[in-house]
Amino acid sequence: MKDLFVRWLNGDLDVMDWFAQGQEGYDEPREAFKARKKELNHQIDVSEHTSELKAVTRKSFGLAYQAVAVVSCILLIGVLLYTVANLPYFGRENPRAVEVVQRYVEEGLKETGAVNIVSGMILDYRAFDTLGESHVLFTALICVLVLLRKDKKNMQSLYEDYYSITLDHYYDISGDSILHRVGMILIPSILLFGIYVILNGQNSPGGGFSGGAVMGAGLIMTAAAYGFDHVDRFFTLRFFERTTFIALTFYSFAKGYVFFMGANGLESHIPKGTPGAVLSGGLILPLDIAVGFVVMCTMFGFYSLFRRGSIGGD
Amino acid sequence: MESLKLILLVLLIFCAICVNLTGNLLQAVVIFLSYSMLMCIVWVILESPDLGITEAAVGSGVSGILFLLTLRKIHAEDAGDTSMSAAEPDETAQSGGGR
Repeated sequence: MKDLFVRWLNGDLDVMDWFAQGQEGYDEPREAFKARKKELNHQIDVSEHTSELKAVTRKSFGLAYQAVAVVSCILLIGVLLYTVANLPYFGRENPRAVEVVQRYVEEGLKETGAVNIVSGMILDYRAFDTLGESHVLFTALICVLVLLRKDKKNMQSLYEDYYSITLDHYYDISGDSILHRVGMILIPSILLFGIYVILNGQNSPGGGFSGGAVMGAGLIMTAAAYGFDHVDRFFTLRFFERTTFIALTFYSFAKGYVFFMGANGLESHIPKGTPGAVLSGGLILPLDIAVGFVVMCTMFGFYSLFRRGSIGGD
Repeated sequence: MESLKLILLVLLIFCAICVNLTGNLLQAVVIFLSYSMLMCIVWVILESPDLGITEAAVGSGVSGILFLLTLRKIHAEDAGDTSMSAAEPDETAQSGGGR
């Protein structure tokens, strides 16, 4: 039993095989089965009966399908317009939400130490929302990693591999001199702007998510303009794993500590600093940095996996 | 300012409709990116520059790259325009093979 489980875990054993046994065409090799299926599909496609059936289907169901599509579209538009009509006017007081907004606007600077009240909201009052967002990003990247990573178990056929490599070569623009010159000017500015946005999250618009996305875009541009080798020097799979793990764990523990120990006016021993300085806002700056790292790794990881099916070229 | 807002909102709706109407997938991606760029300006006008930065970086930067890479992965860079491929099947086959 344990042996079977280990085999299933390694992907050597397909549970569906037990159900499929005995069915026609199961025992033949995969390639032969594929070819037979293709031939069968082709026969079905070209036969007269199919075209007749298609014509009848189009005639009878086409109208109903269009009617249903139009009706559901109109219904959706109606529901959305009705909802929008019931929203409070832009910029005007909304009596239902005004209490919590008033508290945030009046007490936010004192309670969180952040000049940028939005950062104070998403990283102090509603910090667990942001934690969830970071985990959503992390989970999305794990899903892409499972689906697109090329390893021994997930290799394409030789032809497809050759095709994709040729295509990759055809579309590779990393030797372009215009791109090099533009990248020389743009990439440092983009990365510096990303760092600035992250570090000033509590004072000016921006924060971990925006800054991380900007830095990820800068890394993507580096990889596109100069090839993956330059980014691979530090952005390996190990770097990615460790950074995301440390950032998410630090976020969870730090925020958990504040929520349990520092809530409702209890002393949490985290200095608030002078409002407006870079080192201010209590935990907001470290949390911004953690979120920024997670988002940057995710953005570049997406690009790397979509482009060549691995992180850090391993 | 009011007229600028109006122009931006009309362009937003125009872009949103165009994404659905265009048959070419590459064109649809480019129109979608311009939609994101307009949305970024709208966020700044609505006094939420936080969202503006994020929209510029994610909406018209990273997601556009991911869309284009997906198009390449499914070999559909110049596919999707049904009227073209139906009229000239030989030419599309040639251009596909040449790559």
